[in-house]
Amino acid sequence: MKQGRFLGVFAAGVYAFLHVPLLILCAFSFNRSKFTIWEGFSLEWYRQMFADGQLGEAAWNSLVIALASTVLATAIGTLCAYGLWKKNSKWLSGSLYLSLVTPEIVTGISLLALFQWVFRYWQVQLGMHTVILAHVAFSIAYVLLVVMARLRTAEPALEDAALDLGASEWEAFRLVTLPILKPGIAAAALLAFTVSFDDYVITSLVAGVDSETLPMVLYAMARRGANPVVSAISTVIFLGFGALILLSERMQKNP
Amino acid sequence: MNRLRALFLAPSAAFTVVLFLAPMAIIVGYSFMTRGVYGGVTGPWTVENYQRLFDPLYGVILWRSLVMSTLATALCLLIAFPLALFIARAEEKRKNIYLYLVILPFWTSFLVRTYAWMFLLRDSGLINSVLLSLHVIQKPLPLLYNETAVVVGLVYGYLPFAVLPLYSNLERMDKNLLEAAADLGATQWETIRRVVLPLCAPGMRAAGVLVFIPCLGAYLTPDLLGGGKSIMIGNLIQNQFTTARDWPFGAAISLALMALVMVLLLALLRRDGEEAL
Repeated sequence: MKQGRFLGVFAAGVYAFLHVPLLILCAFSFNRSKFTIWEGFSLEWYRQMFADGQLGEAAWNSLVIALASTVLATAIGTLCAYGLWKKNSKWLSGSLYLSLVTPEIVTGISLLALFQWVFRYWQVQLGMHTVILAHVAFSIAYVLLVVMARLRTAEPALEDAALDLGASEWEAFRLVTLPILKPGIAAAALLAFTVSFDDYVITSLVAGVDSETLPMVLYAMARRGANPVVSAISTVIFLGFGALILLSERMQKNP
Repeated sequence: MNRLRALFLAPSAAFTVVLFLAPMAIIVGYSFMTRGVYGGVTGPWTVENYQRLFDPLYGVILWRSLVMSTLATALCLLIAFPLALFIARAEEKRKNIYLYLVILPFWTSFLVRTYAWMFLLRDSGLINSVLLSLHVIQKPLPLLYNETAVVVGLVYGYLPFAVLPLYSNLERMDKNLLEAAADLGATQWETIRRVVLPLCAPGMRAAGVLVFIPCLGAYLTPDLLGGGKSIMIGNLIQNQFTTARDWPFGAAISLALMALVMVLLLALLRRDGEEAL
């Protein structure tokens, strides 16, 4: 059983590697000292975080963008998954999967190039709308991936039965398949929300002056150097996402 | 049916054409153009941007990206295989928790995860503070802003991408083969080396590609953990579109990166079929 023990110790080491850096970051957000020496418990950095108007505005922007793009991408992506499940369209599914593996920086600069090109003819500027459009564009593929996985386990005969019993195609979708898809759609929405709320690379390229997001502020602060407020924000984001996932697990278990 | 299906596919098709295919087409166009005096793009058409990819000045960065991505991928596979084996062999009811623990950090902001390493590695960071206070070292070790820090960050960021395909590969494996190997006198190590590993080859290939692709296109990790000296392709592209204002060259690098990504994916799909991913 030597091997089993080796694997156990190894796994414990990997789990420590994955989790300890984040736990340390959270712990030190409660440190009284500005430096990485523990000097006692304090909520000073949280106070500073809540007092920072720019941070609040950025968090609000991130929330608005994430909610808007989640709703749009989830609706569009679910309809797309259903349509492709009925009959695949190679160019569409191929393009969407390709967009999933496209490096973020390439997606970002190509969207920036598009917006700049369009703006030469239309008098519009980069802002919340361009960020939301970009986020919907890259989230659709994530939604497709999750909803498609759920559809693969669905039974096409159920819809056929509904059609035989006189339902219209729309009714068959709405009353038979859509309810089956609910947990998948919820998971997809959660994923879309996370990737949108988290995105820095694409957002920073297509954002305007009025649409600074939380990751953009966080990035600027992180680059400037050690700052316990960043640890505090990180902890809040960490706990926020944790709560969101727990909530969604609950909802999927007892719908 | 066809009308409803067309209606359902229309929005995603519109988004894909306008916000993915059209931007890519613009990038393709730009990559054959010339940089304007004030940073825009103008004629004449040229392939010079692609020739510049082989300029040693940029070749160094491209080469470094390949080396660091390969290294990070190899480390991910090395770490992920035993971990996936551990999870696959765990009691049924614990498997989900173990898997969950692998994915959990993934649900946290990527920026936060990268910052956690800055917090540990910087000159005034936790590791240096502890070592200094224990008098193990006299002055801070330069842990941050080098290539090692970038590779650590890449491994940390993309490890789950390696664990999941390896785990599903191990789960599907016929357990009778392991018993047969044991019956025939193989030790546990021999069984792993001569039965499990060869059967895991598809999982290894999928895991390798799934880690290598995001590593190659990484932007935030080299930017925050590598400092100015260890930049990768992603940073080079960003730089061309911002500071350097050389859009045509930035477009050419982007397309070279895309080409590499597609070649890797197509090779994997051709070899192992669509279920590989």
